[in-house]
Amino acid sequence: MRTLIAIMLMLAIAGVAAAGTITIKGSDTMVRLGQRWAEEFMKTHKDVMIQVSGGGSGTGIAALLNGGTDICEASRDMKPKEYADAEAKKIKLHRVSMALDGIAIFVNDANPVKDLSLEQLRDIYTAAITNWKDVGGPDHVIVLYGRENNSGTYGYFKEHVLKDEDFADATQTLPGTAAVVSAVAHDQFGIGYGGIAWDQGVRALPVRKDAQSPAINPTVENITKGIYPISRELYWFFNGTPSGDMKQLLNWALSDAGQKVAQEIDYVPLPKDKAQASIIQ
Amino acid sequence: MRKLLASAWVCENDMTGYTFKKKSRLREFLGEKLIAANAFVALVAIALIFLFIFKETLPIFTNPEVQKEAGISRLLFKQQFYEGREAKWSWQPNSDVPKYSLMPLFIGTIKAALIAMLFAIPLGVGAAIYSSEFAPPRLREVIKPVIELLAGIPSVVLGFFALIVLASWLQKTFGLTYRLNALNAGIALGITVVPVIFTVAEDAMTAVPRSLRDAATALGANKWQVSFSMVLPAALPGIAAGIVLGFGRAIGETMIVLMASGNAALVSASLTDSIRTFSATIAAEMAEVVFGSPHYNVLFFIGTLLFVFTFLTNLGGDFVLSRLRERVQGRTR
Repeated sequence: MRTLIAIMLMLAIAGVAAAGTITIKGSDTMVRLGQRWAEEFMKTHKDVMIQVSGGGSGTGIAALLNGGTDICEASRDMKPKEYADAEAKKIKLHRVSMALDGIAIFVNDANPVKDLSLEQLRDIYTAAITNWKDVGGPDHVIVLYGRENNSGTYGYFKEHVLKDEDFADATQTLPGTAAVVSAVAHDQFGIGYGGIAWDQGVRALPVRKDAQSPAINPTVENITKGIYPISRELYWFFNGTPSGDMKQLLNWALSDAGQKVAQEIDYVPLPKDKAQASIIQ
Repeated sequence: MRKLLASAWVCENDMTGYTFKKKSRLREFLGEKLIAANAFVALVAIALIFLFIFKETLPIFTNPEVQKEAGISRLLFKQQFYEGREAKWSWQPNSDVPKYSLMPLFIGTIKAALIAMLFAIPLGVGAAIYSSEFAPPRLREVIKPVIELLAGIPSVVLGFFALIVLASWLQKTFGLTYRLNALNAGIALGITVVPVIFTVAEDAMTAVPRSLRDAATALGANKWQVSFSMVLPAALPGIAAGIVLGFGRAIGETMIVLMASGNAALVSASLTDSIRTFSATIAAEMAEVVFGSPHYNVLFFIGTLLFVFTFLTNLGGDFVLSRLRERVQGRTR
């Protein structure tokens, strides 16, 4: 809503008659990304107006299928049912992955635990494991920290790591990743999660996909390579191959300049060759 | 103001039938209506706010679609959310199976408020007794404004203090498992309640008539006996009012509990577990909730509960107050 008003204001002030309007709708995780891209793109393309709004990946996908938006932002791939719906409506979907996103696991500097597997993390956050000694740490209760239930990070962690199980009731929910990091920094037996850029005063644990896999550090390189287990691709879906202004917007977002914008606001840029391959000639 | 005094003076001194001029009568009439209008604005605002909150709560009682997820029995009683697992209270509104039990939030709210009162009543009343009975006048002039200054600290600052300093100190001193817990939030809440209790109690005690003190002293009571056997009982209605006001503040205060309590919705009796309160839940979840969803309605229901809660405490406080006043002053009238 705020974006919409901002864009309308900008339009009113500039007094530009919009030659082309592009609407972008979908994932709340990606709203900020879409917004920043739109702002930067509109600086150089004054005749294009872009409206960005959130609502969730599901909302965005539904809107794309109903013709309610030009571009759908989604932090997950479409479900088989959604692909079937698209086919039934004779919509030729064009999917492009635009950037990456990773969630780090934080523990206190004094915590001796070396790494955790996805399964251990799931057990810890669903209270199947409640003592650090069960995962190679000291004999002490694990103190769980997490995000408020309206946050995108909460939703992603719940879906991807907990496989849609509920968080343990004892999980302390805090507003913002900064609060989680500060709590873990003050709590020797705490554990928390959040965006990978936040690791001041705490240790970001390496994570194993399963017990046999190697432990991977949550770095931009490892997420770009696709080997860090708690990371995901962020997609744009189009109705058919984009052309005109939309094609220009897409190509610009995938260019080095566009990817740099993504990195500035803590998303992880795509590997260069992958970004290049998605550009429409 | 001066004009008014002057005309009153004229009125009093001219007994030969001088009355107000017509103009000032009109002005008086208008002034009175204006003030009355002000009072009604407040009344209407409260009524409208209550109506709005209640309207958004209504679907819980009327809409079967909402009741499936968040009917009143689902809010109050233990539910078996999954087959084969035991029934329990749980607040997990964003789950595949949304869970809206209010019990954990209720317990959290009560725990925080009780700890706050346990902390604030002795401190507030004690300080009031000292300030009004024992402190030398010079010292009293320092104590009173400084304690009242406590009320001026923004709650977000107190919450921050509790989050960073108090929580670490409590954990280190008492060896607590959970850094952010009911005790931590309750004490921080108590700090905001102390000035409320202090101010009202202190005023009540200084208002006890000089003649009563003198009479007691004349009968041979020493300072201690005058304070505790005479002034304290006489000021009890005022002290009770302060406590009720403080309790209302403790129930409704949001920022401190949001920051310092850990916000984990647990059903537990331990005072060192994390808690999640009604007010903090509204603050944390209202901004992003889907408009018109059961979750939205439940949050408004919590708002209604808070409203009724404080209304009832105030009403109960009034009742106690008038009963006590009758007991203390009844016979002197």
